[in-house]
Amino acid sequence: MSGSGMSQPAAALLTVEHLTMRFGGLVAVDDVAFSAQDKRITAIIGPNGAGKTTVFNCLTGFYKPTIGRLTLEHPQHGPMLLEQMEGFRIPQRAGVARTFQNIRLFGAMSVLENLIVAQHNTLMRASWFSIGGLLGLGQYRKAEREAVDLARYWLDKVGLLERGDWLAASLPYGDQRRLEIARAMCIRPVLLCLDEPAAGLNPRESASLNALLLSIRDDHGIGILLIEHDMSVVMQISDHIVVLDYGRKIAEGEPAQVRSDPAVIKAYLGEEEDDELPPEVAQDLIEDRTAGEAGAS
Amino acid sequence: MSQVSPGSGAGGASVLPWLAAVREAALAAVVALVVAVPLMGFETVQQASGLELRTRWDWVAIAVASVFVGRLLLALLRPARRRRTGGVAAVGHVGRAFRDLARWLGPAAIVFALTLPLMPFSDRYILDVSILVLTYIMLGWGLNIVVGLAGLLDLGYVAFYAVGAYSYALLSLNFDWSFWVCLPLAGLFAASFGILLGFPVLRLRGDYLAIVTLGFGEMIRVILINWYKLTNGPNGLSGVPRPSFFGLPFSASAPAEGGATFSSFFDIAYSSTHRVIFLYYLILVLALLTNLFTLRIRRLPIGRAWEGLREDEIACRSLGINPTNTKLTAFAIGAMFAGFAGSFFATRQGFVSPESFTFIESAIILAIVVLGGLGSQMGVVIAAIVLIGGPELVRQLEDFRMLAFGGLMVLIMIWRPRGLLAFREPTIRLRPRSRAGEASAESAQGG
Repeated sequence: MSGSGMSQPAAALLTVEHLTMRFGGLVAVDDVAFSAQDKRITAIIGPNGAGKTTVFNCLTGFYKPTIGRLTLEHPQHGPMLLEQMEGFRIPQRAGVARTFQNIRLFGAMSVLENLIVAQHNTLMRASWFSIGGLLGLGQYRKAEREAVDLARYWLDKVGLLERGDWLAASLPYGDQRRLEIARAMCIRPVLLCLDEPAAGLNPRESASLNALLLSIRDDHGIGILLIEHDMSVVMQISDHIVVLDYGRKIAEGEPAQVRSDPAVIKAYLGEEEDDELPPEVAQDLIEDRTAGEAGAS
Repeated sequence: MSQVSPGSGAGGASVLPWLAAVREAALAAVVALVVAVPLMGFETVQQASGLELRTRWDWVAIAVASVFVGRLLLALLRPARRRRTGGVAAVGHVGRAFRDLARWLGPAAIVFALTLPLMPFSDRYILDVSILVLTYIMLGWGLNIVVGLAGLLDLGYVAFYAVGAYSYALLSLNFDWSFWVCLPLAGLFAASFGILLGFPVLRLRGDYLAIVTLGFGEMIRVILINWYKLTNGPNGLSGVPRPSFFGLPFSASAPAEGGATFSSFFDIAYSSTHRVIFLYYLILVLALLTNLFTLRIRRLPIGRAWEGLREDEIACRSLGINPTNTKLTAFAIGAMFAGFAGSFFATRQGFVSPESFTFIESAIILAIVVLGGLGSQMGVVIAAIVLIGGPELVRQLEDFRMLAFGGLMVLIMIWRPRGLLAFREPTIRLRPRSRAGEASAESAQGG
């Protein structure tokens, strides 16, 4: 957690420049540039196949970008070039955590164990790379207690404290989504990347997710990067929105600004040459349509 | 009216299942007939004039009749049984019963194992079988780290066993080093081979990993056969030093260069079982060390990372776990225990040859792990006793030994398809085991 409240809120936590990702002849992401701020929620939206998840995979080291520079300004360790780092080092060193569109929990392990695995690197150092732990040294036991305390804090935060000893796979869908966010927060990230966190949630769960994300932003002072189809989430909590279509950035700005952008309306609804829609109708249609897409996926 | 209809209804319900059951039994009998005619119906007999074919229709009749009756009984009893147990809840109940059983079974088994050589009924044969079973228990526990915890399906585990055995044999024959010096070295060599295998297979998973490890196991065996100068090829290495009791040999007469033997030092009558008892305790200690290590490391970050890797490798990477190092440690540590077991094997046999390290050994060790329930330590013990001790128990059945053994395995797999003891204790709990813990475990079983 950065905790440096004195720094300028406008300092870019993540800067993406000229990001291009090609798969053979297919250009999934084409020269995209944007930035995400500390203590801000940045949303990436766009129709299906716009390249949102590809951007995420480049950021979190699952893909090596064809072209581009991804700079993360770490509050403690200084600037880091994510595109040059090995995949697992991005969460370990740069503090970029992520969740997945299709939830990836350790199903056969308990809820608590999921959160302890997330603190692997801290515990590994405390156990002297297992040697001290094998001998049963007190230092490791202390570190493990602290790890459990952090896990307990996040379980409480996502409302799963009662189910800490359940198998992760036996949790209901909405709880699994929240557990994945809690697990990502247990690596103590500076940037949290969420890939469609509201997919498949009912309106009540979706509202509690909004509250959780706002609390992470405000109480922990980290940046959140969000891919989302559910416009009720995006419009309510985002501070900044980036719109992608066919791998290109077509608009960027405040929610209200993006909402009325003609390029965005065109991307979501297609171009009607002879029949112009009034802007209010178009906005309603965007919301209907994106909600429908989220439901279908 | 109201008195008659339930009776007639019950009658109608009982007639129809009867018919269905008879039909089902007849179908099974036909299948049995088709199988039994070629398998049991003919017998070749050695005669003066050469081989002669004889028929044994009585055998066929017995087989078909027993299948018919058995299937009929099964079909008639099945509905009643289903009513009694009632689906998933019953499975969970059985799982819990096993878990409670396993909690006191472990200490009881250790006490039994420690006192076995002192029991009045234990003779040379029982001890020999027990040593064999314990060797496989140790191998099973070692493989459990790789397959059960890290989820890396390794079909070439016997290669590390071979590396351990040959390391000990070669070191002790060429340099005259004692068992206690060679044991850690054998483990070290086997662990390096584990890393050697680990590197090329880092990106492979599941079936592909299984095929490459299978190939690796065969490669080691073929190298042992063909590297004649070092390994003496298919003839193997004989005269591998037998174990001594910390320098005191187990022999009837004192060695030529002087010094005491085990029996003369302790002033007891010489008996050939002394060495067997020593070997028994040696493998028992080695196996228990393996178990202790595994139980311990499961609660350490590396053990949890192995289990995380088994569940979801991509999620592990997104949490900053280095998958390369984590996998290589699993391979190396699993191989190390196979190396220890291998050097024990070499000192017990006094002879090593490539024939002891064929694929079937890997398959048996893997079968022990899978049958016991992946990741379950007690399951490995039970499965090793069943798989290694079982064929010994039914030795009286002679020709039908392997048939009975196969049948037993099929039954176990029907009864408990995920292994004998397929449940997993969490390595850490939020609140100590209590009523709340039991309730959550119950719901976990159901889900």
